Amino acid sequence: MIWVNTIIQGVLLGGLYALFACGLSLMFGVMKVINLAHGDLAVVAGYVAVGVIAVTHIPAVWSFVLVVPIFAVFGYVLQRTLIQAALDRGVLTTLLVTFGLSVVIENALLQFFSANSHSLAIGSLVSDSLKLGSQISIAYLSLAIFVLAVLVLLGLQYFLSLSKHGRLIRAVADDREAAQLSGVDYRHIFGIAAAIAFATVALAGLAFGMVSSFDPTIGTTQLLLFAFEAVVIGGLGSLWGTLAGGIILGVVQQIGSQINPADQILAGQLIFLAVLVLRPQGLTGRRSSS
Amino acid sequence: MTSPPGQAPDGEAQAGPAPHGQSQDGVPLLEVRGLTVHHGQLRALADVSLRVFPGDVYAIIGANGAGKSTLLRSIAGLHHPTSGSILLDGVDVTSQRPERRLAAGIALVPEGRRLFESLTVQENLLVGSSYARPGPWSLERVYELFGWMRERRTQRAALLSGGEQQAVAIGRALVANPRVLLLDELSLGLAPVVVHRIYGMLPELLSAGVTVLLVEQDVSQALLVASRIHCLLEGTTTLEGPPGGLSPENIESAYFGLAGPNGHVSGPEGAPA
Repeated sequence: MIWVNTIIQGVLLGGLYALFACGLSLMFGVMKVINLAHGDLAVVAGYVAVGVIAVTHIPAVWSFVLVVPIFAVFGYVLQRTLIQAALDRGVLTTLLVTFGLSVVIENALLQFFSANSHSLAIGSLVSDSLKLGSQISIAYLSLAIFVLAVLVLLGLQYFLSLSKHGRLIRAVADDREAAQLSGVDYRHIFGIAAAIAFATVALAGLAFGMVSSFDPTIGTTQLLLFAFEAVVIGGLGSLWGTLAGGIILGVVQQIGSQINPADQILAGQLIFLAVLVLRPQGLTGRRSSS
Repeated sequence: MTSPPGQAPDGEAQAGPAPHGQSQDGVPLLEVRGLTVHHGQLRALADVSLRVFPGDVYAIIGANGAGKSTLLRSIAGLHHPTSGSILLDGVDVTSQRPERRLAAGIALVPEGRRLFESLTVQENLLVGSSYARPGPWSLERVYELFGWMRERRTQRAALLSGGEQQAVAIGRALVANPRVLLLDELSLGLAPVVVHRIYGMLPELLSAGVTVLLVEQDVSQALLVASRIHCLLEGTTTLEGPPGGLSPENIESAYFGLAGPNGHVSGPEGAPA
């Protein structure tokens, strides 16, 4: 029974990882940008929420109503300025620029918020759980985050396959120049894709801030890494592969920590390396973004 | 220069941009003035000029590497010229991005078709019509033009044959309702019967008011459909005029840069760098 609980916890954790990873995957799939600041952006979302809550006194659970739109706009603007300027100089430049952005964000957070950790206080919701028997306990919060992740992925899937802008995003991802010849301003489409990616990373950052505490450095030491691992395990550019990758990573981490609490992260890295060596295209092995 | 049989050598077939024929008065729909384009150090086009009038099928011929595709891509806005200008209906579009030029009425069917491969046929056409000008072309009309397309519209573009992909690429450009349609190497990699079928739809385009500027490596194919021929050799114009006024010898010497039958050199004036 203890192992059933471990796997359930792992699956639920995987939802959070998928939420982290889908924005990373989207930006790579559409713009070929590997956003090394992705994890730090999630942390920034957490701090923005702390600020928003302090100013408006809205409950932490509802902070996303303000933080997510702020991040979408931020994503669009950052894509149209800094990231596009880097893209114009070559894809490798985007690696350097987002790495630099990551360093700047971390140090700015340290400067303004110190190295103390914060969390988003959501009251008793953080510990309430559904008990099944003596050994299985499902936290409502984890369940809610998993459901949120699935809904976000469903929404993304629906948007990309059925809406006009989703179609344009896929067209630009397929062939940027041909899209231009069809009158599509690919820079604007990149901006929209970045807005979506930033909105999802904000959601992920808020969810993480409710589950756990965060500090300025956690973005690169944990969040970016987990997002990367979920994407690589699942297969680049595939949304549902990302969910599968997140779940596998979550389950393996939970199993590792069940064996020895210190091994949680190591277990995740091992499965990540194993997939890289044995199946570098990821489990789903598709390259389209839908 | 020997007179081509049945045609007066009225200056139409001289080297360099020729004066325009009787029917070609007024403002050209598309005009290229002294276009020079470099790919890095390499000069791909040197001082090329042309004027395309409404209703023309204007064919650019030339050997591999003559600069034909570069010319078309420059007109569509994918290459920035070193000097020279491009005018659509008298309006200078040289500094406009490709997406603005589509809105102005220039659509390119690029070499190699370049469909959105993960999208369906219908989605390809929908992307093409996203920023369309108002006009007669719709998805419906394209489905009528290419009869097979309607029932296969939900198929992914990557799964189509070469000829079918070419048709979708043309449809994708048409639904934007261009004033000038640029066709780059339609016949590339296609079987002759398929090429014949694709060129067969040209009259219908013309009757719908589309003006066509095309690049074709197959000279006989170009002569068959064109109302005007423009030959490039190593980035320079070697021949320009209506095909009726050009003898096969003229064309051959302009195409290959050889001395003409009477010792008249049709090669590029001032050898390219």
